[in-house]
Amino acid sequence: MKLATFKGGVHPPERKELTKDSPIQRAPIPEKVVVFMQQHAGAPAKPIVEAGQKVKTGQIIGEPGGFISAYVHSPVTGTVVEIKKLSNIIFGRAVDAVVIQREGEDDWELLPHGDFEKFSKDELLENIKKAGIVGLGGAMFPTHVKLNPPQDKKIDTLIINGAECEPYLTIDHRMMLEKNEEILVGIKIVKKILGVQNVYIGIEENKKDAIEFLKEKWKGQVIVVPLKTKYPQGAEKQLIYAVTQRKVPQGGLPMDVGVVVQNVSTMYAIKEAIIDGKPLIERGLTITGEAINKPGNWWVRIGTPISWIIENLGQGFKNGIENVKILMGGPMMGIPINNIDTPIVKGNNGITTLIPEELRGTFCIRCSYCVYVCPMGLQPYLLDLLGKKKRYDEAAQIGLLDCIECGSCTYICPAKVEHVKTIKLAKKVYRALRGGEK
Amino acid sequence: MKLITGNAPHLRSKDTTSKIMTDVIIALIPALIGAWYFFGFYAFFLAILGALVGELFELFIMRYLRKDKNFVPNGSAAVTGILLAMNVSPATPWWIMIIGLIFALGIAKHAFGGLGMNIFNPALAGRAFLLVSFPVHMTTWYKPALSFSKWVDIQTTATPLAILKEKGFSHINVSYGDLFFGNRAGSIGETSVLLLLIGFIYLVVKGRIKLMIPLTYVGTVFLMSSIFYFANPERFGTPLFHILSGGLMLGALFMATDMVTSPMTPRGQAIFGVGCGVMTLLIRYFAGYPEGVSLSILLMNGFVPLIDRFTQPRIFGEVKS
Repeated sequence: MKLATFKGGVHPPERKELTKDSPIQRAPIPEKVVVFMQQHAGAPAKPIVEAGQKVKTGQIIGEPGGFISAYVHSPVTGTVVEIKKLSNIIFGRAVDAVVIQREGEDDWELLPHGDFEKFSKDELLENIKKAGIVGLGGAMFPTHVKLNPPQDKKIDTLIINGAECEPYLTIDHRMMLEKNEEILVGIKIVKKILGVQNVYIGIEENKKDAIEFLKEKWKGQVIVVPLKTKYPQGAEKQLIYAVTQRKVPQGGLPMDVGVVVQNVSTMYAIKEAIIDGKPLIERGLTITGEAINKPGNWWVRIGTPISWIIENLGQGFKNGIENVKILMGGPMMGIPINNIDTPIVKGNNGITTLIPEELRGTFCIRCSYCVYVCPMGLQPYLLDLLGKKKRYDEAAQIGLLDCIECGSCTYICPAKVEHVKTIKLAKKVYRALRGGEK
Repeated sequence: MKLITGNAPHLRSKDTTSKIMTDVIIALIPALIGAWYFFGFYAFFLAILGALVGELFELFIMRYLRKDKNFVPNGSAAVTGILLAMNVSPATPWWIMIIGLIFALGIAKHAFGGLGMNIFNPALAGRAFLLVSFPVHMTTWYKPALSFSKWVDIQTTATPLAILKEKGFSHINVSYGDLFFGNRAGSIGETSVLLLLIGFIYLVVKGRIKLMIPLTYVGTVFLMSSIFYFANPERFGTPLFHILSGGLMLGALFMATDMVTSPMTPRGQAIFGVGCGVMTLLIRYFAGYPEGVSLSILLMNGFVPLIDRFTQPRIFGEVKS
């Protein structure tokens, strides 16, 4: 059978064997957590607690700072030590962070919960909002906003993203194998909110066990679509195209073609919030890479410092390692941290530790590999060139803002040109120069 | 322990510029061994000399003229050296080829900014320079010796394309088989279509070729020469003859496909290939030179920026306007 896919893309080494057979274990709760007030796309949340205040597990400690924003909850029961500005590497700026000292076991503060059928659509959305749920695939877009598109956008299809095309990461894979019932409940809740009947789950073919398993378990409820194993198969627009053959128009959103895409872990979080009343204060993540002793999949509280995770869950760094790259996320789109005490945020689907290599490049030799692999049909070499020459308007004309920053071009480049670096910077400058205009 | 940062993606393919150049050199080896067999050891020696002098000269340029202390040879100059040798007559004195190489690397490549920046294929620019500077040496041709022995008796002769131009198709004295296997007069590396194809297949398997170019180039030559053949077979020759003779295969498979000097999108590569094909035949049919491959590729090289501009790929989700 021909597998669903998109045009372009690359095949980086998968390295999923490090963790794909290790079940998700529950990590102990650290003594101290650091909770960022921005763990979502949009405006940072405003802290509503003070130093010295006692907080319960699941208690709201940050309120949304705008329409596109999210609640933040305390991941432990204890006392707020301080609230300080801390550099948030994901958003590239300093934001408020609440430091909490744990005291004893969890004392939960739960949301209203129960059978989802008894809630109305608006109540469900409100509870998802109150639970602080954001897209857990990495984009961290507030879920209650995504599930509530404007009236004029007719949504007819829900796609669950189980592609997990990032190398090294296996948490979505494990979630599908271990939490299929919970995820299915989450899907039913979202179906009710969106009022859609067509539900697909796209899974890369390298997860054959998950494909077969869910085909059987979710028979008649969710259509399992096996996808070609190719990066970036899990990118939203590429996934939609592979599953439905619909192309999200330039500058548009999935809802423009009647589709909403949700990550499998987000479905689990929705079930936890609606049925059990638990806000998003922990998540599953893959701790992996060549630099640590024990890769694995873990349930970890939000706000847990990465240094603690590597020491206690990854059993420390291997001996003799001098330089290490620690990424929030996978190797293709992950963000390297510059402070080992950086805490986990909601969107962290993995911690990847790599032993960095020296790269020696040349000028672009116009091999055109980047043009062939670009899943957006762009010309990365030209965007790179125009970006370096500060010719941002011309770059915008050839699709600067269409770049999804997947890194396929930079991965394949024999001359080791860093297209994505230039493009990210060019986007920022162009947007700043153009102000409110699109 | 030190935390290293950097920019995503943090995984990179193992591919490098040097590996691409190495693959090109490997692909040229069959034709070079063929050159030894057809034109004697000297022909093979010229290619090796070109590779060595090319690398040394580029190292000199980068280290001392462009003052790049970190420069590490990447093999591109060796490719230029070998290709230049393959594009000259086996009668070319070694020092003439070196002059051509200095022009190729010094002017055509590094005066334009070096690797990746040059508009014209350096080897072809070097050949064009030699053709106007040393016309006699560059147009003296040898009859193939068909021996690996070191020194062989050589006789000068005319190339099949020159015979076609001067006397007509009925005077051609080589068979299609000779043309295919390489038993004919010509430049060092152009004569054996078979050996060039073997190298070409290697590059295709390795994904090193902008495949659209050779397909459209050879395809255009075939179609256009078919039309002319029916108009006047004696004057214009058969399509197969045009494809197998001269530097067409060397040009279409290895020179026009030079990554740096060819278009970036399949559509642009198709236009480029068709342009090369049309120009090649126009020169062969109507211009003063019997052969037009290298000049047509150089001409089309000049159009590449324009072609790239007008053949931009369609962006995913682009709305028809």
